[in-house]
Amino acid sequence: MRKLQNTEGSKDREANEKPGNWKVNFNKNANMIKQTVDKSISMVFLILLLILWQIISSVGSIPKYILPSPLDVGITFVKVLPDLKDHLLTTLWEAIVGIVISIIVSFVLAVLMDSIAFFKKAIYPILILSQTIPIIALAPLFIIWFGFGLIPKILVVTLVCFFPIVVSFVDGMDSVDSDLLNLMKSMKASKLMVFRHIKLPAAIVSFFSGLRIAMTYSVMGAVIGEWLGGEKGLGVYMMRVKHSYSLDKFFAAIIVIVVLSMLLFKLISLIEYFCMPWKKVKAR
Amino acid sequence: MNFYPNDDKSSVKLNEDKNSIKLEVKNIKKSFEGILVIENVSLYLKNKEFVTILGLSGSGKSTIFNIISGLMIPDEGEIIIDGEDYTGKTGRVSYMYQKDLLLPWKNIIDNVALPLVIKGINKKDSRKEVEPYFEIFGLKGYEKKYPHQLSGGMRQRAAFLRTYMFSRDIMLLDEPFGGLDAITRSRIHYWLMEVLEKLETSVLFITHDIEEAIFLSNRIYILSDKPAKVIDEIIIDIPRPRTKDVTTSVRFNEFKKHILNIMDRLY
Ligand SMILES: Nc1ncnc2c1ncn2[C@@H]1O[C@H](COP(=O)(O)OP(=O)(O)O)[C@@H](O)[C@H]1O
Ligand SMILES: [Mg+2]
Repeated sequence: MRKLQNTEGSKDREANEKPGNWKVNFNKNANMIKQTVDKSISMVFLILLLILWQIISSVGSIPKYILPSPLDVGITFVKVLPDLKDHLLTTLWEAIVGIVISIIVSFVLAVLMDSIAFFKKAIYPILILSQTIPIIALAPLFIIWFGFGLIPKILVVTLVCFFPIVVSFVDGMDSVDSDLLNLMKSMKASKLMVFRHIKLPAAIVSFFSGLRIAMTYSVMGAVIGEWLGGEKGLGVYMMRVKHSYSLDKFFAAIIVIVVLSMLLFKLISLIEYFCMPWKKVKAR
Repeated sequence: MNFYPNDDKSSVKLNEDKNSIKLEVKNIKKSFEGILVIENVSLYLKNKEFVTILGLSGSGKSTIFNIISGLMIPDEGEIIIDGEDYTGKTGRVSYMYQKDLLLPWKNIIDNVALPLVIKGINKKDSRKEVEPYFEIFGLKGYEKKYPHQLSGGMRQRAAFLRTYMFSRDIMLLDEPFGGLDAITRSRIHYWLMEVLEKLETSVLFITHDIEEAIFLSNRIYILSDKPAKVIDEIIIDIPRPRTKDVTTSVRFNEFKKHILNIMDRLY
């Protein structure tokens, strides 16, 4: 079946593209149903967990300052949301500035590593080694060096996000087929042409997968930075409510962080979708 | 029966232009890390001629192409194109691989126009220049599609057009249809036969498929196993354009038998 569809010539291609092709449509629908079912399974499981949590915290008479029930958290969440707005914006700002700095630095480093073999040999192992340093251990140092302002938080975000981004850039450039590079060479293409038409697009394709990972780390990085002190931010808020044993507020902040991370993740997918028009069209 | 270049009678009829030599490979030698891969290869390609280099895998065919295209420098010998020395110089002939090497992020028209963009022509003008060829190459309607939307055969057609856009007089094709299934492959042979009739191009072709070589070629060089040298040269005098029926003709099968006999002696 597959093999027959693969044969060239326009006849079977056209047949494939016709909207009335029931087999293709059927498969598409079946896939969509399967995806929806898969998603619902985890939703149902999550709801069951929440119910279990609710039962344990109300029947087991656990004090609210140890473990608030999901219902308490929900009520508090709605109540404190207006107070959280400023903190949320601060954290978001730190995360985004950190990400942007990571992207710029990564891009410059990746281009240098791609064009100068010696540079790559010198830098790449150090980059990988740097990943073994626990960022949480570094964060207090940043506070000592840079105070309680935004800078130490942005630095933590940058350090956390930088690695997946730079690796995705470098891998993207490395992934270019050597035959393709030879083909370009046989055409006497300049380095700039090869970069513009081949290396850069290849790097951007894999860059997005790195960016998506980095985006989910970024909010976490900012919050960790804020835990150590500051004036505003979700992390600062969490520390404050923890000290007053308002764990329901603490959990409300966690919900905000989760939602924020998920929104950023979706945002990247959306940007990716618009940056890569060739991915919009379905394969044959 | 005579399979061999019978220089006087057959070539006298051809006109001056047709007889002129486009490309000449003169006594090239090449070793890699002390291992001799190309022992001594000389061959030529005339104007509008389709010449095949037939040899076993690993015999050094691609290395010969790398040398002709200027990607590699031979240890000895030279490459002469239109009477000029092009040894080790890239940017003169066009080169096509078994992989289509189309860029997934460009649509077909921009992929095909890439060689012109590399030569410094702006995007708009290069698109305009390649557009008329889509009709001739049977790619009409595929201009705005992306490579992954095309079948393997159509992708190779697009890759062939891109190759043609870089150099329209000399094309090197390195097993361009090796990755296609049998049915698609014979269809693309008929297609290529038709397209070549409309173009003024000389083709040097690599394959290890004997039938493909006979069907497409004016002339075939048979290469020895590594280290490579030319062990035979055969003129395929079946009139062109050739159609499907040729492959079942007596003459075709005589050539096939003859070449099989020569190849058998390689072991
Ligand atoms: N760049 C290279 N370095 C070392 N050995 C090579 C290189 N290119 C080709 N060879 C060797 O030369 C021989 C011929 O290769 P190739 O020209 O690709 O053969 P073919 O195209 O006929 O299959 C092979 O044994 C291969 O290993
Ligand atoms: Mg080869």
